Parts: sequence; structure tokens; C-alpha cells
Amino acid sequence: MTTAVEARGLGRQYGGRWALTDCSLTIPAGHVCGLVGPNGAGKTTLLNLATGMLAPTTGTISVLGGVPASGPEQLARVGYVAQDTPTYAGLSVADHLRFGAHMNPHWDAGLARKRIEQLKLDPKQKAGKLSGGQRAQLALTLALAKRPELLILDEPIASLDPLARREFLQTLMAATAEQELSVLMSSHLVADLERVTDYLVVLVGSRVQVAGEVDDLLASHHLLTGPVRDASALPAGVEVITESKTGRQSTYLVRSTAPISDPSWVADSIDLEDLVLAYMGGATAVRPTLASAR
Amino acid sequence: MTWMTWRQFRAQAIVAGALIAVIAVVLLVSGLKLASAANAAGLSGCHAGCAADASNFIDSLRGGIYQMLFYGGIGILYLAPALIGLFWGAPLIARELEAGTYRLSWSQSVTRTRWTVAKLGIVGLAAVVTAGLISLMVSWWASPIDDALSLGGTNGPVGNRLSPLVFAARGVAPLGYAAFAFALGVTLGVVFRRTLPAMALTLAVFAAVQVLVPTFVRPHLIQPDQVTRPLNPAAIDTLEISGPDAQMTVLASANVPGGWLLSNQTITPAGHVFTGPATQACIGPNSTACTNWIGSQHLRQQVTYQPASRFWPLQWAETGIYLALAAGLGLICGWRVRRRA
Amino acid sequence: MIEFHLDTRSGVAPYLQLIQQVRQALRLGLLQEGDQLPTVKEVSGALAINPNTVLKAYRELEYEGLAAARPGIGTFVTKTLAGESLAAHEQLSADLLAWYRKARQAGLDGESIDAIYQQTIRSAVQEERV
Repeated sequence: MTTAVEARGLGRQYGGRWALTDCSLTIPAGHVCGLVGPNGAGKTTLLNLATGMLAPTTGTISVLGGVPASGPEQLARVGYVAQDTPTYAGLSVADHLRFGAHMNPHWDAGLARKRIEQLKLDPKQKAGKLSGGQRAQLALTLALAKRPELLILDEPIASLDPLARREFLQTLMAATAEQELSVLMSSHLVADLERVTDYLVVLVGSRVQVAGEVDDLLASHHLLTGPVRDASALPAGVEVITESKTGRQSTYLVRSTAPISDPSWVADSIDLEDLVLAYMGGATAVRPTLASAR
Repeated sequence: MTWMTWRQFRAQAIVAGALIAVIAVVLLVSGLKLASAANAAGLSGCHAGCAADASNFIDSLRGGIYQMLFYGGIGILYLAPALIGLFWGAPLIARELEAGTYRLSWSQSVTRTRWTVAKLGIVGLAAVVTAGLISLMVSWWASPIDDALSLGGTNGPVGNRLSPLVFAARGVAPLGYAAFAFALGVTLGVVFRRTLPAMALTLAVFAAVQVLVPTFVRPHLIQPDQVTRPLNPAAIDTLEISGPDAQMTVLASANVPGGWLLSNQTITPAGHVFTGPATQACIGPNSTACTNWIGSQHLRQQVTYQPASRFWPLQWAETGIYLALAAGLGLICGWRVRRRA
Repeated sequence: MIEFHLDTRSGVAPYLQLIQQVRQALRLGLLQEGDQLPTVKEVSGALAINPNTVLKAYRELEYEGLAAARPGIGTFVTKTLAGESLAAHEQLSADLLAWYRKARQAGLDGESIDAIYQQTIRSAVQEERV
């Protein structure tokens, strides 16, 4: 299976509002895909469509080649950690593992037990009494011990403290390596993106703004600075993403498949965080380049 | 899914089990005593002609613990289906929707349909079994009293087991009520996605149904018997004259041992309900003249009723309707849960 | 066994940092021929980085002939760098010191010198990549 998620013209409407509009994506397997965007952009809607919690209003979506939630086998291939990592407050950690064992034919009890030991969780402790980070780890353990091919996570670290956040990502990355998972993870935090993701989808205002392999995106986006000019002075074949002007200087973030060879513009690379922020449309600080002798 | 349903239901099952055990002990101990008291009153094996003994027996129970337990048993069987609907039905799925844990359950390797079927089936079965056990115990306990009332024992404020108040607390009817209340609670929980509003509405709808069915549906589940006979003026026990036109209502007593009296009307030879007008003879104090005049009207008494033998057919018919309603609600539930997709 | 670390603010891609750290360790003799590099799972779990990043770094090391993967067992060092370019190091150090003194004489302060250095090296690295 080479494609994790494929969407064609996918859209979802609630009442009068379109939460997701005309979304077409081909997310490859074997990658950690970051789904980023501001709150309300449609990330949870897209993930709900991918897990089969919702049905599309328009368009289609297929996950690992199958229709989401279409049967026990399809469900077994996809692990899901929902927003706020829901757990049964009245059930103990051990009960959650029993729950997983009874509800999943491919359950790996040894893996689950080992993880709980590593996390130093008390099996008798009720899930409602765990800290946020511990609950997130428990939910992740349940999703991983199911032995899925694809793991979908909806903002799993948003409400965690920095240490819990780091520990969660460590666990996730180690498991991704060990189980050869494909991962689709949404976040409105951009800080950890570059170390964790190698495929990126930016969602703003219910639409996909940009999607692609992180290496390709970084190589094809350039920060062009030069004396103040308007966009017509840019090299041919570039797509303007953002622009800003001071009295003397113009700065453009452009996307171009060909390398920039126009000497009247200083071309610099941009890091992933700033690239995402630029697409998210904020008036963010674009890292200034040094006017250096080239 | 079986394990999970049981695990989530465990606490409620333990409470129900404890209650059933307590009820069983109380009813067993006092029921044996009641049965031997009925024997001592000469009622064992008697099928006809013991109306006097039966009346004595019923009178002997008044004001005592047996009367209390009689009404208590009815009360429990009225409460049980409602409580099942409220506390087993309404939260079954609504709680998961409210708390968001459905996102954990529905992403395991069990389809949403299978999840719903397991929950409805297992807890629904528990609901029916609980109501069935309680009804079995209460019906067994009350059988000496029910039999005595059917033999023509004085009715008192509550009637034999066909009378509306008692019928709902006997036999298999409570199973139907429990299944229906449960299914109603679950469905409202799915529709509203919040436990408390679902509980409130379940109670309201269930109570309304429990009032409407005995009033409008049960009398006609099976075609009632109708008997028309000449009105015996000596047996008149109601005579009212009212209004400027001297409108008159005359009713003779109608005793249907063990049966359910639906209507008792006095009709004219032409077939209409007799409304008078009263003659001078009945307005004055002379009752003999009035009685004679009534006799001269050749009135007839028309009694509509369900005989005692209809108890079990009516029970099965009514239970069947409630079970069908429960099944229909279950289907709606399953459809709604799937439709979230 | 080498322990990796990641500097998220250096502007250098994570996989390059891993490669650099392996080379550095080889130079300093901390890693020797036959030593096993940490598994992909260990590195990605320790640093919370994408396993593909680690794979990329290890593949690059393989390509450079510094390491070799043994399927099912791990990735092992195949060559040392220690001693190889020590002589070159001394000469390069001297050249750099001379350049630094020149820049100071031209009136540049520490930050300006650092800026020129960073800019020049970065452009050169980028050109090399292309």
C-alpha cells in the first residue's frame, strides 16, 4: 500500500457552513504527515472523514485503499487518537487494555503491557485520575497495540505541558520506526514540525493551501529580497505566496520549481515553521537575510 | 464488545441483582405465609362457589402487612420499567456521545452497528430478565389474593388482576414495558446526545404511554363481550335526576367476577341510552311508585366487559405490542448511530 | 555507542546534523571501525525525530562509505576518519586565524565577522547541494 490517504474533491457541510471545501490530497504511506492550520480550519473535519466518523457531503476519500470504517478489517488497519485523547474515566488502565484486547483481533498484548510498564503507569489506576500526559500516552498505547498500518492523531499534544509533549513525540517516533507506521497528525502548533514530519498539508479556511514532501517544499520555496519593486519584476514562473514592502526593500516568498537565477533578487531559503506561517496568512516575521557579498 | 458492555453495565447489574435478592427474600417469606392463610380460609383448589370465603379472606388482609405488600408489589412493577428506561436506557449511548468516548469505541475494530447491537441486546436482555423476575415473584406472591378476587371476593379499592391498576403489575406485561422503556431511553439518548434531557423525556413519554394504553388500547385488543338483559328494578344502585328537563340516569349493579367491566349502560327498547325524563313519580319521596314506573319502561342493561379468561390473551397481546415498539425503536437507534457517518 | 543531539536553531537540516555528528565522532576516535550506530528506533525515540530522517542520514553515510547496514542487525561503522585529515586540520586552523585577524584589522566586530562567515558557508553548502 503506497498511499495512506487519497481525497478527491472532498467536502463536508454542517448546516450552512462548509467545514472542508474541495479538498484533493494524495498522502503517501510510510511518512509522518503533519496537518497544520489555525483553529477552525477544518483539520478535525478532515480527520473525522478519514476515520469514518463522518461521511463526505461531496467528493470521496479512501484510506489505505479502502472506504473509512467500512468493516472490521478496515477499522483494524487504522489507529486513531482523538482530540483531548478520550479515555473512560471510570475504567482502570488495565481495564482499558482488556477493552483493547476484546475489541481488536490483532491486539498485541505484550506490546501494550511493555508500554504501560515503560510509562510507569499503575494498572489499577482509574483513567480519570491520570494526568493529561499520562492519559495521552494511554490513548496512544491503545492505538499502537492494535497494530495498525496508519495512525491518525488529532492535536494529541495541544493541551500538554512541554515535557509531556516531548515524551509523547518520543514515544510516537520510536513506535513509528518500530512498527513502520504511516502517521497523519494534526496540530495548530508549528514548533515541532520540522523534526517530526516529512510530509505537510496546510489547511486554512476549509481549503488546502499547500501539500507536499517537506524536502520538496523547502527546496521549492524561496525568500526573495531586493530593492523595492512590484511583483511584475519577479522572475518568470514563480508563484507569489506572501509579499511585504518597506520603504526601500521588497520581500517576496515565492514558490518555484526551477532554481532562481535572476541576479537582481537575493534568494534565501526559508525554514518550515516560517513557511507554514506564511501560508497561514499571518503577518509573521520573515527572517531577514544578510546583505552579503555573493 | 460483550466484555466491554458487561464491564460498563457491571455496577448497575450489581444494584439490580441486590434489589432482586432483597425482593425475593421478602416475598418468599411472606408469600408462603399468605398462601397458607388462603388455605386456612378454605380457598385452596376452590374454583366456584366460594365467594363468601373469598370475601372473608380479603377482609382479613385489610389494613395489615399483606395489603401493604400488595400495593408495594404493584408499585415496584410500575417503577421498575421506568427506572430501567431512565438509568439503563437513556445513558447507554448518550453518555458516550456526551463524554466523547464514542471516538475511542468507534475507532476499534468493531463496526458501529455491531457496537450498538451488542449494547442494545445485552442490556436490553438484562432489562427484560430483571422485569420478568420481579413480575414472576410479585405475581406468585399475589396469586392467593388475585384468585380470591376472581372468585367474587369483594373488590375494594383495587380490583382483580384484569383491572387496569393490577394488570400492569402481573404476568408478562412488565417485560414488554421494560423493553419499551429501555429502547425509548436509548433512542432518545441517541437523538439528543445528552443524558439528562433524554432521561426527562423518556420519563414523560413512558408515563404518557402507560396512561394512554390501558385507557384506549387495551379494552379493544380483543373484542370485548357484551351482554344485554332486562333491567331488574330491584337491582338499581344508581338513580340520578338533574337539570331543568329532569334528565335521569339509571344504572343497575353489574358484577363481573374476575373480569374487567368496561361499560354498564341502561338502554331503552329502541336501543338508545335511557335518559328519562323522570316522571312525577320519581321526583317525589315515594320510591315504590318510581320503581314501578321504571319497570314499566322495559329497560335493558347492557354490560360490556372482558371476562376473567381473557387475562392471558390480553397479556400476550399487550406485551407483543410493546415488544414490537421496542424493536422498532431499536431499529431507529441503529440507523441513527450509523447515520453519524 | 554515540549519542546524538539536535540543534533546532542552527539552520542545518536534522539529517545533516546527524551525519556531522557521526563524522565528528569518527574524527575524534569516539567511534571506531566495527562499532554499531544506534538503531533508527533508538535515535528517533531519543530525539523525537522522524525515522525517515535517521534513515536518510544512515543512507548518506553508507553512500560515503562510512557505514554499512546489515539487515536485521543494524548499521555499523566501516571506516575511520581519525588521523586522516589531522594535518589538514592544522593548516586550515592557521588559515582561518589569519583571516580572522585580517577582518579585525578591517574594523569588523565579532558579530559582523560571524555574520560574514555564516553567510558565506551557508551559500557554499547550498551551491554544493545543487
